Amino acid sequence: MSLKLYGCDISSRLLLGTARYPSPAMLKEAIQAAKVEIVTVSLRRESLGLQNEQRAGQSFWSLIQQSGARVLPNTAGCHSVREAVKTAHMAREIMGTNWIKLEVIADDMALNPDVFGLVEAARILNEDGFKVFPYTTTDLGVGERLMQAGCHLLMPWAAPIGSGQGLSDRNALKAYRRHFETVPLIIDAGIGRPSQATEAMELGYDALLLNSAVAKSGNPVLMAQAFRQSVRAGRDAYLAGPIEPYEGAMPSSPMIGRAYLS
Amino acid sequence: MSRQSESLLSVGIIGSGIAGLITALALKEKGYFVHLYEKTKHLGEGTCSWFAGGMIAPWCERDGADDIIRDRGVEALEWWERHYEGTVKAGSLVLSAARDRSEVIRFGRCTQEHQTVNEDSLNRLEPDLCGRFQEGLFYPREAHIDPRLALPALEMRLKNAGGVVSRDVEVQAEELKEDIIVDCRGLAARTDLPKLRGVRGEMIRIQTRDIHFKRPIRLLHPRQPVYVVPRDKDILMVGATSIETDCQAPITVRSAYDLLEAVQRLHPALGEASIIEASAGVRPAFPDNIPDIEQHGRIIYANGLYRHGFLLSPWCARKVVEQIQAQEGAVA
Repeated sequence: MSLKLYGCDISSRLLLGTARYPSPAMLKEAIQAAKVEIVTVSLRRESLGLQNEQRAGQSFWSLIQQSGARVLPNTAGCHSVREAVKTAHMAREIMGTNWIKLEVIADDMALNPDVFGLVEAARILNEDGFKVFPYTTTDLGVGERLMQAGCHLLMPWAAPIGSGQGLSDRNALKAYRRHFETVPLIIDAGIGRPSQATEAMELGYDALLLNSAVAKSGNPVLMAQAFRQSVRAGRDAYLAGPIEPYEGAMPSSPMIGRAYLS
Repeated sequence: MSRQSESLLSVGIIGSGIAGLITALALKEKGYFVHLYEKTKHLGEGTCSWFAGGMIAPWCERDGADDIIRDRGVEALEWWERHYEGTVKAGSLVLSAARDRSEVIRFGRCTQEHQTVNEDSLNRLEPDLCGRFQEGLFYPREAHIDPRLALPALEMRLKNAGGVVSRDVEVQAEELKEDIIVDCRGLAARTDLPKLRGVRGEMIRIQTRDIHFKRPIRLLHPRQPVYVVPRDKDILMVGATSIETDCQAPITVRSAYDLLEAVQRLHPALGEASIIEASAGVRPAFPDNIPDIEQHGRIIYANGLYRHGFLLSPWCARKVVEQIQAQEGAVA
C-alpha cells in the first residue's frame, strides 16, 4: 500500500536531501538508482543566487528538476519564525510548490529544533495555504501542538542532523509511533547506516529522510540503493509482523512425532 | 626534422587560463605551430586560475569527487616537476580538531597514498603547529605551486619555445586561420557547451611573519573545511568556498567570515595575520564535475576543469594532443 502525504500517493518511502554530493550528476544518479520520489532542497544561496542575479543558481536548480523527483523545499538554517515563514514564501514562488519542510533551528551547533518557533511558524504557514512537513523532536506534546496547528504529518528526528548515530532514543520513537497511530510519520535526521533505517521502518515509521548518510559515503549511488533496500526490508518486516524475542531456545522442528532411534 | 615540421598542423588556442596554457605548451612540444589568443590585457585577469589553490594533490582531491580525478591527476605531479621549477614537492597534510576525528577517518578511508602521523611527526613536518594536533594524514607524494608565479612562467616558457601569444584580442573560433582550434575559454564557452555551469569559489590571502607552513594543510570540519597553501613573502592562501552559482560578485561577508573563522582553528595566531586580498572566481564545471574534451568540426573544446585546473590540465592537454595526432594520422 502506498503512502499518502497531503493527498499525494507516494510509493517510495525513502526521501533524499540534495546537499554535499560530489557532483550534481551523482546526485541525480543516486535519486534515480534509489527510485526516490521526493527530494528536499534548501532555498539558500544556491537557488537564489547572490545579489539578485536571477540566473545565477539556475544550472543546479535545473539539474535537480531533471531528476524527475518531486521537490520538497526546506527552511534549513532558519532561526526565527519570521525567517522561516519568509523563506517558505520565497520557496513557494521559486519552486512552484506549497510543500515546505519546516525547520526552525534553536542552536547552530546542535541543530535541534526550536519547538516553540516551530509550532508558531507551522500555524502561520498552514493558514497561508502551505502543506507543512515539520522537523521536530520526539516530544509528544509538541507533536500534538503541530497537529493542532494544521500539520497532517510529523517528522521526528532519530538523532542530531548529520550525526549518523541512528535511533538514539528507541523507546521515545516507539512511544511516538504508538501515540500518533494514524499520522504519517517520517524519520528526519540522524540515520547513518542502512541497518538503522531498517530498524526505524520496523518500528512502523512510514518513511525516512536522509542526506549525509548517502551524500558523504564513499559511493553515494551504491549507498542510495542500499538504503532503498533497507527501507523496503524494514517496511515489509513491519507489515509481516516480526516474532517476539523469547528467553531460551525454541525448536524450529516440531517435537511431536519425532522418531526414536535407540 | 624540418620536413616533419612542415607537415604539422597549426593550432589556435583560445583562452590563457591554466588549461589553455598547458595545452599550448604540450602542442608546442610536439612541434605544432601554436598561437594562443587571450581576450584580456593582463595576465590573470578574467580567469579563475588566478584564484586557485595550486595544489597538485591527486589523492586528497579524491575526497568528495570521483576515482577519475585521482587517476587523471597523478600524471600532473611529473608534468609540473618537469615544466616549472617552482614546484614544491613537500606533500600535503590533512588534520582535524580532536572532536572531528571521524572526518579524518572518513577522509583516510576514501583516499590512498597517505600515512597516519602522530603528534611527533606532525611537529617535525610543521613545527609551527607544535602541539596543536595529535594526529593527521600525510600525503608525501603530493606537491603544490603558486598559480600567480606559475602562470607567467609557463607563458614565458611557451614564448621561448616559439609559441605566439596575443593578448587583448577577442577572437571567434570560426574566423581563425589555424587548421585546428582548441577552445579553452572556460565558462565563456557556455554558449557552445550548454551543460557547462559555474561554481563560485571564494578565497582570501593573509600575511603573517609568525606562522609558516611548508605544505598545503587541509583542516577538515563537518561544516566548514578549509585549506591553507603557503606562498612566498609570508603569505598564506586560504580557500575555498564552493557555491552553486555563476555570480561573479565580490566575496560575501558570510564566506569571508567562514573562511577566516576556520583558519583560526588551525592556529589562533593566524587571527593576527593581515588580510591582503579577498576574491571570488567562477569555475567551469560539467554536471559530473569531471573535465571533458569534445570536438565540433575543427574546434576541440577542453573544458569543465572545475576545482582541478592545475591538477587535471596536463591530462587534458595530453588528450587534446592525442586527438590532434590521430586526426593528422588519418589525413596522412
